[in-house]
Amino acid sequence: MGRTLAEKVWDDHVVRRAEGEPDLLFIDLHLLHEVTSPQAFDGLRQNGRQVRRLDLTIATEDHNTPTLDIDKPIADPVSRAQLETLRKNCAEFGVRLHPLGDVEQGVVHVVGPQLGLTQPGTTVVCGDSHTSTHGAFGALAFGIGTSQVEHVLATQTLPLARPKTMAITVDGELPEDVTAKDLILAIIAKIGTGGGQGYILEYRGSAIEKLSMEARMTICNMSIEAGARAGMIAPDETTFAYLKGRAHAPEGEDWDAAVAYWKTLKSDEDAVFDAEVVIDGPSLAPFVTWGTNPGQGAPLSANVPDPASYEDASERLAAEKALEYMGLTAGQPLRDIKVDTVFVGSCTNGRIEDLRNAASLLEGRKVADGVRMLVVPGSVRVALQAVEEGLDKVFKEAGAEWRHAGCSMCLGMNPDQLAPGERSASTSNRNFEGRQGKGGRTHLVSPQVAAATAVLGHLASPADLSDVATTAGV
Amino acid sequence: MEAFTTHTGRAVPLRRSNVDTDQIIPAHWLKKVTRDGFEDGLFEAWRKDSEFVLNRPERQGATVLVAGPDFGTGSSREHAVWALQNYGFQAVISSRFADIFRGNSLKNGLLTVVLPQETVDALWELTEADPTAEITVDLEARKVLAEGIDADFELDENARWRLLNGLDDISLTLQNEADIAAYEAARPAFKPRTITA
Repeated sequence: MGRTLAEKVWDDHVVRRAEGEPDLLFIDLHLLHEVTSPQAFDGLRQNGRQVRRLDLTIATEDHNTPTLDIDKPIADPVSRAQLETLRKNCAEFGVRLHPLGDVEQGVVHVVGPQLGLTQPGTTVVCGDSHTSTHGAFGALAFGIGTSQVEHVLATQTLPLARPKTMAITVDGELPEDVTAKDLILAIIAKIGTGGGQGYILEYRGSAIEKLSMEARMTICNMSIEAGARAGMIAPDETTFAYLKGRAHAPEGEDWDAAVAYWKTLKSDEDAVFDAEVVIDGPSLAPFVTWGTNPGQGAPLSANVPDPASYEDASERLAAEKALEYMGLTAGQPLRDIKVDTVFVGSCTNGRIEDLRNAASLLEGRKVADGVRMLVVPGSVRVALQAVEEGLDKVFKEAGAEWRHAGCSMCLGMNPDQLAPGERSASTSNRNFEGRQGKGGRTHLVSPQVAAATAVLGHLASPADLSDVATTAGV
Repeated sequence: MEAFTTHTGRAVPLRRSNVDTDQIIPAHWLKKVTRDGFEDGLFEAWRKDSEFVLNRPERQGATVLVAGPDFGTGSSREHAVWALQNYGFQAVISSRFADIFRGNSLKNGLLTVVLPQETVDALWELTEADPTAEITVDLEARKVLAEGIDADFELDENARWRLLNGLDDISLTLQNEADIAAYEAARPAFKPRTITA
């Protein structure tokens, strides 16, 4: 019987398989950041252990880093201490680190791919649930806890039970104004926040094959919001073209050998998935969330749902609590929801293509009065590219704030936060209660919807901008 | 890791689904660099409400959390497990846990028990009607026992063995050093490296 993509990559990394034990899996790439690593390094020290494979380990600073005044000492002493702890640990153990101020610094899931370290058929882990992002390259990539971070540092392996596999097939063409973000939000709404639990998802079908690497990363990134630890897309010419020439991509004969292997990384025709979901691409529309988990979403043209319409008691209760927290009423059109803040950035939508998409709608337009718009590039490299293309000017002229790279308002560990009761349209990945600041209310959107919302002051799609003249006269 | 064999204690019935790890321990607590001192951050936002179940006087000293489906979704932060343990919880019961949270809990000796929602409903009704009702989570017998409830639960044999004996995963893995070294020796040359050795 044929094997799925996930099964092939899994099998290629089994160090030891024994009856009654989880498989012991080799890890090709271990990404570290300041938040989930300090206790792991402490564990190594307490047990007199070293980092087994420094050449497969890399660290950056992202969760805590400020996006303003990065040349000054970090104001929050606790954040500063955590970053200093990472620097001390990396120096002591010899781990390559890209700290704040370094040209390769940025959100860990933006940094790995742009360095060419994330490659098809590799296993990638990080103490961060959005490690699923790297699955866009046909890598098996998943988030781990701090105990597992310590385990990988010490052994470069992890004992893991093999998950089941689920095919998510998206057929047909996506409508012009529908992005990867809309697609993944629609998938999560369909299968639920627990729908992918115990599975590795494989996104496939003609609509997926047409997507850029950036768009594929957006989709795989949010696999975790459907409960799946990992999401994968089979590598193809788009993947190879993205990798070619990057700092850590193979060269010469190694490149040829790598591509020959990468081309074998697709699910066999007769492979059997444990579950299958089919999505009709052409039927999709711009999608936003109204609730407090990423599965509580709807097309932008819809109304806030009535909790009474849910048959399942726990879903009904969850919807009631969500509307109460979000300050919304059942039946209210989603388009009528006014926002205070728009955030463009994060490991979901902080890449160059995302910034281009947002900027293209803001060019010659203004952010609405009373709306604060933050644009936070996913990495220093993304920021430099954006400046080269003049995108920073577009954002600034529209009235948006152009910031330094980091996780920023995705999770509000740095000063970029919502105040209690404030409402955002955010290109990040989680609309949990308080995620962007205590009492803050989050609507997850694509970069295009974020830009249109910034201009109009209420949740809006790019099509809604057709009535708004630009100063360029378009 | 502390061994877990059996535990009996009073319960906190938490009638919420999709309790994400941001609710269990908000991000600003994650700046700490230790594994302890997270108890005050546990469910921090909800605890501002004096009526929240954890704040009720009759729930003080409870050690078993009985939660709705999809407990522990979202962020991989192991701090969520530490916060529950620092507060005093020894076991969490739900009909469905998020994968990463579950893995983290079992690495730390916090037993996460999956039971059908009907059994969770029965435990909620029992412990809401009688806050002094005790729940026993018996890992040796793989059973949850309470007045009128005798429920079997599943846990894979390997995870159970490690929990019952409080075994350290890293030490177990390092017993397979020869296998790891053999795998490393056979890796293709084109695999990425972060630094040149």
